[in-house]
Amino acid sequence: MDMVIRYLQHNWDNLLLLIGQHIVMVLCGLILALIVGIPLGILSAKNERAGKYILAIANLIQVFPSLALLAMLMVLFGIGFYSVVIALFLYSLLPIIRNTYVGLKEVDQSIMEAGKGVGMTKLQLLRKVQIPLSLSFIFSGIRLAAVIAIGVATLAPFIGGDGLGKEIYSGINLRDPVKIYSSAIITAILAILADYLLGLAERKTRVK
Amino acid sequence: MIKFENVYKQYDNGHTVLKNLNLHCKEGEITVFIGPSGCGKTTTMKLINRLIEPTKGKVLVNDVDISTISPVKLRRSIGYVIQHVGLFPHMTIADNVAVVPRLLEWEEDRIQKQVKNLLDMVNLKADTYADRYPSELSGGQQQRIGVIRAFAAEQSIILMDEPFSALDPISREQLQDELIRLQKDIKKTIIFVTHDMDEAIRIADKIVLMRSGKILQEGTPEEILRRPANDFVKNFIGKKRLAQFEAIPESEEVMTRKPVTILPSRGLAESIKIMERKQVDSLMVVDTKDRLQGYITIYDVLQQFKDETKRVGDIMHTFEHVIAPDTLLNQTIELMDEHKLPYVPVVKDDQTLVGLVTRGTIVGHLSDIYSGNEGL
Repeated sequence: MDMVIRYLQHNWDNLLLLIGQHIVMVLCGLILALIVGIPLGILSAKNERAGKYILAIANLIQVFPSLALLAMLMVLFGIGFYSVVIALFLYSLLPIIRNTYVGLKEVDQSIMEAGKGVGMTKLQLLRKVQIPLSLSFIFSGIRLAAVIAIGVATLAPFIGGDGLGKEIYSGINLRDPVKIYSSAIITAILAILADYLLGLAERKTRVK
Repeated sequence: MIKFENVYKQYDNGHTVLKNLNLHCKEGEITVFIGPSGCGKTTTMKLINRLIEPTKGKVLVNDVDISTISPVKLRRSIGYVIQHVGLFPHMTIADNVAVVPRLLEWEEDRIQKQVKNLLDMVNLKADTYADRYPSELSGGQQQRIGVIRAFAAEQSIILMDEPFSALDPISREQLQDELIRLQKDIKKTIIFVTHDMDEAIRIADKIVLMRSGKILQEGTPEEILRRPANDFVKNFIGKKRLAQFEAIPESEEVMTRKPVTILPSRGLAESIKIMERKQVDSLMVVDTKDRLQGYITIYDVLQQFKDETKRVGDIMHTFEHVIAPDTLLNQTIELMDEHKLPYVPVVKDDQTLVGLVTRGTIVGHLSDIYSGNEGL
């Protein structure tokens, strides 16, 4: 443990850079997944048939082994940042689509009817009633996606990406357990922090 | 106001819920739809704001066929109180009440004023409650908000779908009373769906009793209680309620059947003779076909007695209050008490005099009941 702390003290500037890269990759993947996933989730909730296919495909992507997915993306998009972001995007899709879908479906029928009955258009119903009421579900989806993405992002160096994975990878090559531990611990802390912060958001948006 | 013309509703699975429905709900009245579950009462109500579309037939609101109005526009002009309260849990009480005015893009000042007025109307202080969330209110308070939300945009028609059914009996009665009190001031056209006969009798101006998509009977609570159309209606009302109602005698049972009468063409001396013989101080004036014309009293006769040309018809007074043979005793007593009448004549629809209810006959009837009870 002392060695890990000493290592952190000596390499904090490099590590900080890696943390920054890591976060940027994860954020880009997540934001893309939000932009695509929330509309897909809404579509799934509105149209049962489309929803069946969308959720099936998202499920399929999720069960794909991450290393295999990265290798495939490398073939398609070349090595580097973009392939990593696309992989993170794909992994984040399912939790976000599914939680949006479930959140919208969970809105009490009587509240939906009240909205309809007072003369809201479909769009107003979605904006003023359904989405506000499913926000906490959507946040819990983002939370799950973020934790997965932070973990998967450590595989980035295999296809030429950056981030904390680089330090782990070089630790493996150099057979330097201190290097591996310290970057692994930082990754874990990042994941816990994301989990905690998004958990707060989830609780805050939950409606009794 | 609201008219249903030959309305049928069949669902996709072939189940017909409404069969040739014809109905007219009057402006400013509370019309209550009642019946067992599955009778089509809620369906009928939802036709009015187009939450359900008829398969055949027309629904008219203010003489306009509502299929020509966009559903969104129509619904904003009709207040809607739903069964499970249906307040938006993520909005404050004030925002909930303001939902429709906001959709209609009222000015914010006007909305705030309206919210405050409405909260006052149901005795919830705006300062205390406006910024709370629905989950912080009791069930009764929540449903009060549900009701005033429906009034918020000054809609003239309000639909209420079993609004008080989820409440405990005490809050339910309170809210029913409040609704009756509010209705006196605001005079909205209210369509109220319930399966609770007591509730219907309490609040309705008109009850529409339905079963399997058809109207079995419609009328005032009084008419339905008094003349249930068939056994099903009788059962639905319940023996207990009917018995309660039947226990109150109608005026026919209380009246004296032989009031002392006189023709308008008779002279005053003759009228005094009749009064003497029958020991009464006034006479009912009827024509040759027994139709009631008015009355004379001994004082009138004595005052005018010197004038030999006067006939009964010249000095008689007309009645301001008469009752029908089926008027209930409690209503008769109320009438006599309110106008300080010593007696009130009982006439049929064609004005034929059939009897007279006097204080004496009422006391006689009551003493019959009590001495009868002693005998048991």
